Amino acid sequence: MANTLAEKVWDAHVVRKGDGDGANAQPDLLYIDLHLVHEVTSPQAFEGLRLAGRKLRRPDLTIATEDHNTPTLDIDKPIADLTSRTQIQTLRNNCQEFGVRLHSLGDAEQGIVHVVGPQLGLTQPGMTVVCGDSHTSTHGAFGALAMGIGTSEVEHVMATQTLSLKPFKTMAINVEGTLRPGVTAKDIILAVIAKIGTGGGQGYVLEYRGSAIRALSMEARMTICNMSIEAGARAGLVAPDQTTYDYMYGRPHAPEGAEWDAAVEYWNTLRSDDDAVFDAQVDLDANTLEPFVTWGTNPGQGVSLSDKVPSPNDFGDENAKAAAERALQYMGLEAGTRMKDIRVDTVFLGSCTNSRIEDLRAAADVIRGRQKDPKVRMLVVPGSARVRLEAEAEGLDRVFKDFGAEWRFAGCSMCLGMNPDQLEPGERCASTSNRNFEGRQGKGGRTHLVSPVVAAATAVRGTLSSPSDLDPAPESAALQTTDAA
Amino acid sequence: MEKFTTHTGIGVPLRQSNVDTDQIIPAVYLKRITRTGFEDALFSAWRKDPSFILNQAPFNAGSVLVAGPDFGTGSSREHAVWALKDYGFKTVLSSRFADIFRGNSGKQGLLAAELAQDDIELIWKTLENAPGTEVTVDLVSKTVICGNVVAPFEIDDYTRWRLLEGLDDIGLTLKHEEDITAYEATRQSFKPKTLPARLS
Repeated sequence: MANTLAEKVWDAHVVRKGDGDGANAQPDLLYIDLHLVHEVTSPQAFEGLRLAGRKLRRPDLTIATEDHNTPTLDIDKPIADLTSRTQIQTLRNNCQEFGVRLHSLGDAEQGIVHVVGPQLGLTQPGMTVVCGDSHTSTHGAFGALAMGIGTSEVEHVMATQTLSLKPFKTMAINVEGTLRPGVTAKDIILAVIAKIGTGGGQGYVLEYRGSAIRALSMEARMTICNMSIEAGARAGLVAPDQTTYDYMYGRPHAPEGAEWDAAVEYWNTLRSDDDAVFDAQVDLDANTLEPFVTWGTNPGQGVSLSDKVPSPNDFGDENAKAAAERALQYMGLEAGTRMKDIRVDTVFLGSCTNSRIEDLRAAADVIRGRQKDPKVRMLVVPGSARVRLEAEAEGLDRVFKDFGAEWRFAGCSMCLGMNPDQLEPGERCASTSNRNFEGRQGKGGRTHLVSPVVAAATAVRGTLSSPSDLDPAPESAALQTTDAA
Repeated sequence: MEKFTTHTGIGVPLRQSNVDTDQIIPAVYLKRITRTGFEDALFSAWRKDPSFILNQAPFNAGSVLVAGPDFGTGSSREHAVWALKDYGFKTVLSSRFADIFRGNSGKQGLLAAELAQDDIELIWKTLENAPGTEVTVDLVSKTVICGNVVAPFEIDDYTRWRLLEGLDDIGLTLKHEEDITAYEATRQSFKPKTLPARLS
């Protein structure tokens, strides 16, 4: 029978088919190849193991890092916030007690859990990957079935290395064509979410397909898969290809020698069969796509950057209308305002969506030789200590500092403001992160989701901008932004 | 886990769609390392507004939350379920739940009951016209009763069975430990291991 990629990965991991058929079917029990752990969603799971006298079944398929709470300044000093410090210390104690590998603050491999896994070569095609974090969908970029789970499931995976999972439906997201300069993967996924809505992917695993997806780098594919959850999807993935293998080859945990060859042979089978049937299809034209930004308080409330803030009356559905009214009020925006006239206070370049080396390069290319709008604060937070080192080796830190941005240490930072990096009430931010929920970046903070190149151009002009809005830079080549960010 | 068969309590109409888990419990409360004591964190930003529904009697004593579509979107934080439970909610009714939230609820004995949006609207009207009206959510017959409204709800059979029996997931899985061990013997050798650590 013809199968989609997601179904193939699922079938390869079934430990035990659920009993019963149809409406009475129990979920399948699936084996988990990699469990990523961080400090926020794990303490209660470790505690559960301890209370039940259970062991962590496979420490060798588990890895932990500190990311959500970690400060991005003064990382050599004790963490000032006592509850944050306790949570980090709890992770350290738990990892030691249960034999879990941990990359702590200060370690070269510390960073956002979804940046660290791929960077170490631990995320590979055809795997099942889980983490107590909804953005685990990021790892789907490698053709893995990667899902965010809750703390009870974290405990379940720790104890059994399996998960009971309900079957999903499959949705093909076809993106054909060629992106124009200054248009990126972030714009693709924001446009997809605006099209299908924050609940449109509910119950589905999304497979991103088409010529525009094939042309993207791994970093760019990770950006897209990362935000699958913002469309409500259980996971999102991209079939592996030569781009995937080139990214993985030589990474610390990538297979070597004959194992590499055997792996590639298997990975080459990981694509949806030509006659596979998806439960739903969505098409997006890459040729006509423009930089995309959000105006509201959920990631589906987005428009083209050249567009205007919509009016609640533009929405037929009563719930959508009410949501738009509420969002405009929270965001302090008038319907009809040109998006490009919206002035921001802060620009945040970071998060598991857009903090990889390529994102930093793309933003640096836009600002090189320019000066930041003096009224704007810009934070640059690399996704991992390794990305930071890499960027410094390329001199990107100098580009950001000369521009007037703050060059920080790695972590989740202002994406969710669990550390001191937060917006003030009423403060407006152009952010490369993934959620524009009320208060997400700090109580009363207002978030516009943007791509790295839009973030960079916005920091130059002080208003939401794309690189094409900028005057020619004093130095040439500044407008050569990559399509791949 | 406590068994859930039927529950009757004051209904709270939350006329809002897309209630994400950042609203249910902001990230600042996620720094705790305990599993209980999150009642103060529930909707903490909205509760600062005196007109918010949970700041009004009798809704502040509610135990059945009746919400708009796409409830529980966003972050996977199970703390959202803990906060709802700690506050006193036994069940949430909505026409559509985010997948992870629904899964987390099932693990913690919070019943996420999916109703048609039309029925949600009728229940909202009943609760707004007569604040304090009790809602009965019967998991055995998969029915919600609120005033004159009698509405069926959906829940998958497996979760329903586990809730009715109050079964612990891990215990259920470990009954099949032999299957897990057998599967492990078949895993491809090129699959990565985190230990011993290899560094760049």
